Amino acid sequence: MSMTSLLAITPWPAVSAVILLTLLVVALYLARRTAHQAIRAVTDALGRGLRLASHAVARGEEKLAARNREVLLSAGREAKERIVEREFVRVGDTVRKDLANYPALHRALSESIVRIEEDQEKAVEVPPEAPGWVQAVKVIANLDAKNGGAEILEDIHKSMVRAHSEAMDDYRKASSERHALLRKMMPDWRRIQETLGRVNKNVESVLERALAIDRHMQEYDDIVRGEDRAVSILSSSSLVYFFVSALVLSVAAAGAAINFTLIARPMAEMVGGTSFIGNFRTADIAALVIIMVEISMGLFLMESLRITRLFPVISALSDVMRRRMMAVTFIILLLMASIEAGLAYMREVLLQDELATSALLRGDGAGSVVNEHLWITTAAQMGMGFILPFALVFVAIPLETFVHSLRTVLGLIGIGIMRAVSLLLRVFGNGMRHFGTLVERLYDLPLFLPLWIESRVAANQMAQESVAMQQVMQHVVEEPRAWQEAQS
Amino acid sequence: MSRPTRYRSAAAGLVLMLAACGQVNVPRNTGLYLLIDTSGTYNKQVLKAEQIILVALSRLQPTDSFAVARIDTASFTEKNIIAKATFDDRPSTANQQKRAFASRVEKFIDESSPAPFTDITGGLLQAIEYLKEKNPGHKEILIFSDMKEDLAKGYVRDIPLDLKGFEVVALNVTKLRSDNFDPREYMSRLDTWRSKVEKGGGRWRVINDIDRLDGLL
Repeated sequence: MSMTSLLAITPWPAVSAVILLTLLVVALYLARRTAHQAIRAVTDALGRGLRLASHAVARGEEKLAARNREVLLSAGREAKERIVEREFVRVGDTVRKDLANYPALHRALSESIVRIEEDQEKAVEVPPEAPGWVQAVKVIANLDAKNGGAEILEDIHKSMVRAHSEAMDDYRKASSERHALLRKMMPDWRRIQETLGRVNKNVESVLERALAIDRHMQEYDDIVRGEDRAVSILSSSSLVYFFVSALVLSVAAAGAAINFTLIARPMAEMVGGTSFIGNFRTADIAALVIIMVEISMGLFLMESLRITRLFPVISALSDVMRRRMMAVTFIILLLMASIEAGLAYMREVLLQDELATSALLRGDGAGSVVNEHLWITTAAQMGMGFILPFALVFVAIPLETFVHSLRTVLGLIGIGIMRAVSLLLRVFGNGMRHFGTLVERLYDLPLFLPLWIESRVAANQMAQESVAMQQVMQHVVEEPRAWQEAQS
Repeated sequence: MSRPTRYRSAAAGLVLMLAACGQVNVPRNTGLYLLIDTSGTYNKQVLKAEQIILVALSRLQPTDSFAVARIDTASFTEKNIIAKATFDDRPSTANQQKRAFASRVEKFIDESSPAPFTDITGGLLQAIEYLKEKNPGHKEILIFSDMKEDLAKGYVRDIPLDLKGFEVVALNVTKLRSDNFDPREYMSRLDTWRSKVEKGGGRWRVINDIDRLDGLL
């Protein structure tokens, strides 16, 4: 039924409108209580549903946070285990190296010490002989001068001077020999000093490693105990690793794009330049596949070298099998790199051919002149074609970090989203209650007239009831009084 | 993932793959047929035709087909094809073919002699036949002519042209002396060809400024 037909119930549209409006208001007034109940029921149901959903999301967020914490701790534990393991290997290497040299070191030290002892014994200073003539001189001096004591003393003096001179010569000679011996000891001392210095350095290195291991073990302990501080550190580290690895991966992607440009054109010579798979040229797909195969080989090589641990199957292989795999992947990579270098050379040849053809078609003779320094570009392209596949091998390291940190970062993002959703649901759930009140008020808005009349009627009724009540109260008070008066 | 869901996913993947493979068979190459009018005074314009051929050669890609044919007294014959090639899939071979093509065209330009009559319709029929046989993704016929048909006695050319999927481009449509007296002749000539081509299901275009061949190919 259209509005026009509704307004045509009386010959006067305005009257029709008033009648219709009145009927509508009456209908709304009569249905008011039920409508309010319905509005309240709907909004309460919606509010409860939203609050329930909010609780569910909050519980999900808690579970995700717990799971993320577990993942973080597990990853941290694994990383710490690897670090500690590596430190132990280094300490082991140092100790093994030093212990292997220890017998030789000990022998060298012993020999040096023995030599020094021998030289020391030889170099002991021999005191000069005590003068034997002193007593004889004393006796002769007491003799009478007539017996020729003076001459004897003179002779003794001469002999003593001669003996002293000889003794001094002997003494100097002996001293010189002692000094020579002491000089001979110098290299031994130096050797001992060097050896002991080396030993000291090694011991200090081991001590440093031990301190590092202590620190890592402390952190490992914190992680195993699941302390909040450890989780916080791991979480922030994970974010840093994520961004750094993403940056390195984007650089690697740029490298792969250059690699792609180098080989896409010559690939057209191999698979055709105009065939398509979907909306993509087959040559482009083939070039991309080659790059992907190179990256895969790089991943396997890194896994075989145990630098990365993305594939547990490869890590679990026996050492012999792993070495074979290493050799195979390296050979495949080398072949791919050689093929790429060839394709890069072919690219330059094709480019020149195309330029020559274009020049011919343009009728431009100068365009076909070959640049004499062109070999530099060609060599650079070939070099890049050969090196880039090997450079892409190292993508495995940031890729591993990216994959591991991605789990945590996704978890953190998920937690953030769920927290926001939970909050929104709670806000909407509470808002529903107020929304219900608002809708009720809006419902009542066109009913202001009947509601006003209703309130007036109710007020009159209240007034009459209160008057009646007062009369009753008065009667109740006055009747006993009248009865008492009548009695008296 | 439950088993039926997994099967459905696999089936969807297979369908997508088949759809992708199906697109491989859709031809994306171009077939180009250039008709050069060698009749009367228009024969002097063939040098400009060489320029167009070289531009076309530089723009054509591997697997494209290209043929250049002469319009003379009787044009509905393979003998009128001066040079034709379907370029190889490999770019280097395609370049060699282009160079050989250019040298054949150059030889023709040097040796071109004027023809007494102009059988444009015959040339068009030959072009349609050639391009239908090659079945490229995009078919284009270039007519380097003043579009004035002048048939010798006995030649029947009142034949409807089947030009569905073809684009016909009239190049360098020069004005004749008579057109200068009455331009309506020139206009009606072009209109006649337009209606003929469009009636055959083709698209019609005129490019007179051959220095602006941007829209070509």
